[in-house]
Amino acid sequence: MSSRVNEFAFKIATANGTGSGSANGLIMQSIFRMGIPVTGKNLFPSNIQGLPTWYEIRVNKNGYTARTPVFDLVLALNAATYAKDVAEVRSGGWLLYDSTWPLDEKLIRPDVTYIGVPLADMCNTAFKGIRERILMKNIAYSGALAALIGIDPEIIRALTQEKYSKKPALMDSNQKAVALGFDYIKANFDCPLPIHLEPMDATKDSILIDGNTAASLGCVYAGATVGAWYPITPSTSMMEGFKGFCTRFRRDAETGKNRYAILQAEDELSAIGMVIGASWAGARAFTPTSGPGISLMNEFLGLAYYAEVPAVVFDVQRTGPSTGMPTRTQQGDIMLCAYASHGDTKHICLYPADPREAFEFAVNAFDLAERYQTPVFVLTDLDIGMNDWMIPKLTWDDSYTPDRGKVLSAEELEAAKSFYRYLDVDGDGIPQRSLPGVHPKGAYFTRGSGHNKFGGYTEDSDEYQEVLDRIGRKVQGAATAVPAPFIIRNPGAKVGIVTVGGCHAACVEAIDRLAQEGTPADYMRVRGFPFSDEVVEFLNEHVTNFVVEQNRDGQMRSLLLLETGVAGTKLKSVLFYSGFPMSAQYVIDGVMAKMLVTV
Amino acid sequence: MSYIAKPKVHHPSLKPNAIGLTRRDYEGALTTLCAGCGHDSITAAIIQAFWELDVEPHKVAKLSGIGCSSKTPAYFLREAHGFNSVHGRMPSIATGAGAANSELMMIGVSGDGDSLSIGFGQLCHAIRRNVNLLYVLENNGVYGLTKGQFSASADPGSISKKGETNSMAAIDGVLLALSLGATFVARSFSGDKAQLVPILKAGLKHQGFAFIDVISPCVTFNDHEGSTKAYAYTREHQIEVVQADYVPFRTEITTEYEAGAVQRVPMHDGSIVAFRKVTEDYDPTDRDNAYSHIRERQAAGEVATGLLYIDPNSKDMVEQNEVIAGPLYSQPFEKLCPGSEALEKLQLRFR
Repeated sequence: MSSRVNEFAFKIATANGTGSGSANGLIMQSIFRMGIPVTGKNLFPSNIQGLPTWYEIRVNKNGYTARTPVFDLVLALNAATYAKDVAEVRSGGWLLYDSTWPLDEKLIRPDVTYIGVPLADMCNTAFKGIRERILMKNIAYSGALAALIGIDPEIIRALTQEKYSKKPALMDSNQKAVALGFDYIKANFDCPLPIHLEPMDATKDSILIDGNTAASLGCVYAGATVGAWYPITPSTSMMEGFKGFCTRFRRDAETGKNRYAILQAEDELSAIGMVIGASWAGARAFTPTSGPGISLMNEFLGLAYYAEVPAVVFDVQRTGPSTGMPTRTQQGDIMLCAYASHGDTKHICLYPADPREAFEFAVNAFDLAERYQTPVFVLTDLDIGMNDWMIPKLTWDDSYTPDRGKVLSAEELEAAKSFYRYLDVDGDGIPQRSLPGVHPKGAYFTRGSGHNKFGGYTEDSDEYQEVLDRIGRKVQGAATAVPAPFIIRNPGAKVGIVTVGGCHAACVEAIDRLAQEGTPADYMRVRGFPFSDEVVEFLNEHVTNFVVEQNRDGQMRSLLLLETGVAGTKLKSVLFYSGFPMSAQYVIDGVMAKMLVTV
Repeated sequence: MSYIAKPKVHHPSLKPNAIGLTRRDYEGALTTLCAGCGHDSITAAIIQAFWELDVEPHKVAKLSGIGCSSKTPAYFLREAHGFNSVHGRMPSIATGAGAANSELMMIGVSGDGDSLSIGFGQLCHAIRRNVNLLYVLENNGVYGLTKGQFSASADPGSISKKGETNSMAAIDGVLLALSLGATFVARSFSGDKAQLVPILKAGLKHQGFAFIDVISPCVTFNDHEGSTKAYAYTREHQIEVVQADYVPFRTEITTEYEAGAVQRVPMHDGSIVAFRKVTEDYDPTDRDNAYSHIRERQAAGEVATGLLYIDPNSKDMVEQNEVIAGPLYSQPFEKLCPGSEALEKLQLRFR
């Protein structure tokens, strides 16, 4: 076949807990350093050791980063999943296996080319100790892969040097293992394969980062000082990131004291309580969690809404319902977050599409939470949160100052004739706020029970409704302050494709391909809730809008229907909720299938 | 209605404290609890304690959950921020508020349902963290607002107003706190203001979680014959095992006590708690001794009261986490945000 340069995908099948993660990271980072756009998807089990795990890498010169389900090459290194893995090689593709053992009959397919590398054998000879042999087998396949697809060995060497600069023994082992795989391929096979890499210059302004790390960095830059959490996959690494950055940036040089507090709570109920307590006392506070945590937080979220206390909640969504598949991705909490808690509530939600937006929206979330004195959700998902994404470098505007909202200082309180916590002084639905410990005139009683605009307890219908209506107006007012929808209008487009969050990568690729195939579509990615007029206008512009999202029930579609008044016939769902990130092909197939029905 | 403010009438005869405030200045709204409720007596003791400590009311944060007891923060310190949160979850609010602003003097008021049932986990973990909070558990053994169900602190054999006998073991907040490593543990009685006020004062000054279980009879649902949380029962069975007096920093210790009978335990800020042992060999700084003594008294049908245990070396949550002094919101933003140059440099890690 003719060669395909910088446009292919491969998949590595291993067992969890064997150290393949660092090998896979090494491969992806090497390709990135060659200047070639690259995406990695880690498909891992909810397990510490032993269960199957896969790592998919897509190389794409055009910069498309969505997952692709078509693999040119599979590294089948886990006997437990041979049958499944060999089936995923495209016809005419390649399969690498460990030839220490004879080729398993499960792996045999007439339309696939086999590449046997005696990984275990070589590593057993070269290394001592069981652990090292297992670990180095992974590094050895990186070396083999490097030779097969043309990863620059110098780049691998440089990366291992950087990574193990303080552990020379490990560096030596790693370099030895890379050479084992690399040299074996060079000696025994024609390489590189027709699918291979050639250096480009398309990544120098980018970084490889996961969304949890980026979001935690956003919290640091926003000036968050209190983080409360209960560990839950896939959000855990967010607090680890926050801790790491705080250790670096938030320790007072003189006293060694911390300009932050991290509280590991006993459960998510407590975590959100701590956030509300800290925000009430004036700190910028947040909690990272996932769906089950949000379910537990519901009661407190209603309190924060009704008592008007800021709170920032990161929901790194995983599959539901219930425990679901904790290590798989989904967008199943859209409705839950929009209306969390009993009674009439509605919450500001932000929907980043990638780690860069996770960073930026983290900062927005604190500003919005304090300006509107209400909970704000940042909804990412496992794919955004835990996978490394190639994104443009993060930037920061040093003129940024946090929007602390209408918090009255001691001087302002002293000068004020009176202060009533829930009075709509400015007519924008946003009352003035005071912090405890500042001034006697600022004192008020925060409560989740019925209260009037003066902050007093009430069971009077009119007084109660007056406050509830104002809060409704206030939150609706945030529609103009949340990030505007991302819109692309294509000439000749008759339909709209609407999506949210991490489906973006698949959708933009699909839009390009649809246009090439003669079906141009307009595109809107919703980035915030409550919805702005712009969202409604876009939907109204098209007879049909395909709402692409990752859940069974079309939650974004439901939310759009509920909140915009757009006719239900205008919105058609394209749903993908297997737990894996979406591919462009899926979007195209889904849209085309419904398009035929529509036309 | 708890928003009906008490008229602020200043009687010239009312004695001002060191910062010129009278007890009136430490009051709040009119109580909406039943006449004779033990909780109102505790509120009066709290007012007295703050007044005696010369605390500026607005430096205090008063927190609660849900229930009769949790309404009481509205009835004292009108110039302090109050937070009536959700049922059983006051400890987490206090934990967050305390982490955000270590200068706040925090008092949390809770009940036996709020603390020992729905909020049991939060109470335990706030004790473990040693949050700097005076936690007053107003303990009456029943759910009042829902009309008289047994709570988790009801003693086995105690009889409800409707005539049912409680068969389950009671959760004893004091023993719980001691076994969880609480650094300040006391029990008192709403009807014994002389004992309660000094304990409250010491608890407010304690650097860490100060747990006070106050037996506070419910006049409407649990003050009858056969109830072990009734006024009459408590008066009869209460045994003060140790008397505590709170002596502020730089104050001469008056020699009311016989020499030798007094044990002085220094507090974090240099003030002192002076203990007079009513019971021989009682050591309020010995956790195991306190625990076994209380158990022995219980076995004898008695309720041991007093400041039962104090750890003079208590390190609170903020100290343990090495959080910088003062409210975190007052940290200058440039000390919190590393800026664009640092971001540029940091991102080399992600190349």
